[in-house]
Amino acid sequence: MKIEIQNLHKCFGAFAALDDINLEIRDGELLALLGPSGSGKTTLLRVIAGLEHADGGRILFGGEDASRLTVQERRVGFVFQHYALFRHMTVAENIAFGLKVRRGRERWPAARIAARVEQLLSLVQLQDLGGRYPAQLSGGQRQRVALARALAIEPRVLLLDEPFGALDAQVRRDLRGWLRQLHVQTGLTTVFVTHDQEEALELADRVAILNRGRIEQLATPAEAYDRPASPFVYSFVGAVNRLRGRRQGDRIEVGGLVLPPPCGPLPGGDSAELDVYVRPEDLRLGEGGWEAVVVDAQRSGPRLRVRARLQGGQGQEVEVELPVDAQQAHPPGSRVGLVPVRYGAFAGA
Amino acid sequence: MAPQTGGNVQGVIALDPPQLTMAPSAPTVGARPASPTSEPRWVQWLLIAAAIGFLLAFLLLPLLLVFAEALRGGIGAFLAAIREPDALAAIRLTLLVTAITVPLNLVFGVAAAWLVAKHEFRGKRILVSLIDLPFAVSPVVAGLVFILIFGAHGWAWPLIDEGVQLSLPLLGQVHLQLPKIVFALPGIVLATVFVTFPFIARELMPLMEQQGSDEELAALSLGASGWQAFWRVTLPNIRWGLLYGVLLCGARAMGEFGAVSVVSGHIRGRTNTLPLHVEILYNEYAYSAAFAVATLLALSALVTLVLKTWLEWRHGESLAATHRH
Repeated sequence: MKIEIQNLHKCFGAFAALDDINLEIRDGELLALLGPSGSGKTTLLRVIAGLEHADGGRILFGGEDASRLTVQERRVGFVFQHYALFRHMTVAENIAFGLKVRRGRERWPAARIAARVEQLLSLVQLQDLGGRYPAQLSGGQRQRVALARALAIEPRVLLLDEPFGALDAQVRRDLRGWLRQLHVQTGLTTVFVTHDQEEALELADRVAILNRGRIEQLATPAEAYDRPASPFVYSFVGAVNRLRGRRQGDRIEVGGLVLPPPCGPLPGGDSAELDVYVRPEDLRLGEGGWEAVVVDAQRSGPRLRVRARLQGGQGQEVEVELPVDAQQAHPPGSRVGLVPVRYGAFAGA
Repeated sequence: MAPQTGGNVQGVIALDPPQLTMAPSAPTVGARPASPTSEPRWVQWLLIAAAIGFLLAFLLLPLLLVFAEALRGGIGAFLAAIREPDALAAIRLTLLVTAITVPLNLVFGVAAAWLVAKHEFRGKRILVSLIDLPFAVSPVVAGLVFILIFGAHGWAWPLIDEGVQLSLPLLGQVHLQLPKIVFALPGIVLATVFVTFPFIARELMPLMEQQGSDEELAALSLGASGWQAFWRVTLPNIRWGLLYGVLLCGARAMGEFGAVSVVSGHIRGRTNTLPLHVEILYNEYAYSAAFAVATLLALSALVTLVLKTWLEWRHGESLAATHRH
């Protein structure tokens, strides 16, 4: 089911939670809404689900206007951040709930409901736990029950609010792979909200990055990482060094080095001040770049993070990511040459 | 005095927790405290002795005295006092009032708690204060309010005395007349409903607030109607808390004295509830009979206490996190 969101507005008092959101979610894609807390990502998800009303704008489900539909009529599968399982019902009863509340001709016979519940239990790999209560399950198991319950009503879209937010790191990684696989199996259009960029980049087909109620960038994970559309995306997705530079014709002078523009024309109109953004892993050791002195080095798992001070310009510090074996070769105080292989430039603040 | 048994029940519970937390269980020898953060042994024992002494003197002793006094004239006199027609009428009236009051406050309480806990609106704090009003207002004042409204000099008296003629568009002439309220069953029920209103609402509010509304929203997103969400999700989640509130409400309804005393008129055999009957007997120097009837109230309090303790023990986690009662 394709979902189109047009000019969506939503205010809480004077605070604009959603500020003119336009977004097209493709049929069958797995889309991540990524942003810091307060960016409006959960509000957007709840407005799509019909759990909250927008102040303006339209939502189309498969071309049909769904803005006026109630949450029941929208038939979306919604997985809440803390799962919101019915605590007084067993796992099987939880999953059957959406089928049991149907009335009239829509109502399924009990045997068909039971068969569907069995099928869903095996889909989420909880075959033997149908008789348990939510309180007797682990976090990861509850998550899967919540998913099965949402899938039971054969939703047109699946919406997940911080699906891995309440889980341990190890369980997160396992469930992430499992959710991706489930998505491939069901082919459902799926939108999930997260504040964890790693999760969004690893799992999603496309990522919408939100900040202050606006979509800053809508792109594939690779694009979002390699070609961030704004300084916010640069700093929110991954780590980045910000360096002050200035325009020199159609080139950029930064830290005593003159660089060609990243791609396309330079931004920022006539402003002479430019900010150059370079990721730590996009700086390579070599000649022809900045001269720098190593300040210190910090080992972080498989990586080595080195802080170095540029010798040219205003002596700004940058962070560089190097292979671990570089530690001996470049002790603090030693000189290194740093070549920026990829960077972005935006108008200076 | 019997009318205070409702208060006694709450007193027992209020005193329990400190007694539990102070109980020393350390095997260490001498006067050294069990752990660096606890008091010396003699302080612990002193506090425990004080608490137990207080419990004995103010709660257990009066209860025992009630039973002792009731049985002083022998079991025959005890039974005679209870089987006396006025006593039986008082028992019936008390049960009837409780049977009307509790369901009313069940509906009001659930509705009020649901409104306050699951919704945000302007004036919410004022509404919560209003719900608490019966806790703050003296029951006698509450009773007087009903006299002022429905009594022989009250605002609504013409409605009760003569009624009013209304001409409505479709029904034509309608004669509206209220039944007698003060010095009759409706007045007693009104006064009791007023006094016991907060018990169920107050019990449910923190519980429902703590549970949030995510489960209801989940039910709606799965296609349930609001009514289905309420019956299948909201109500089962609060059932033990609700039972707890009903219990307290019922105990208070049976034991209520002040407000009922003002509106009842003390008509023997007709508007006397159990607590009022006890008072009348006592004032007439029929001590044995007074205490015999009082044992009924004391027994109802004990039953309440046992049920309440069982609920707290068995379903403590599904009751509200913080108890004020």
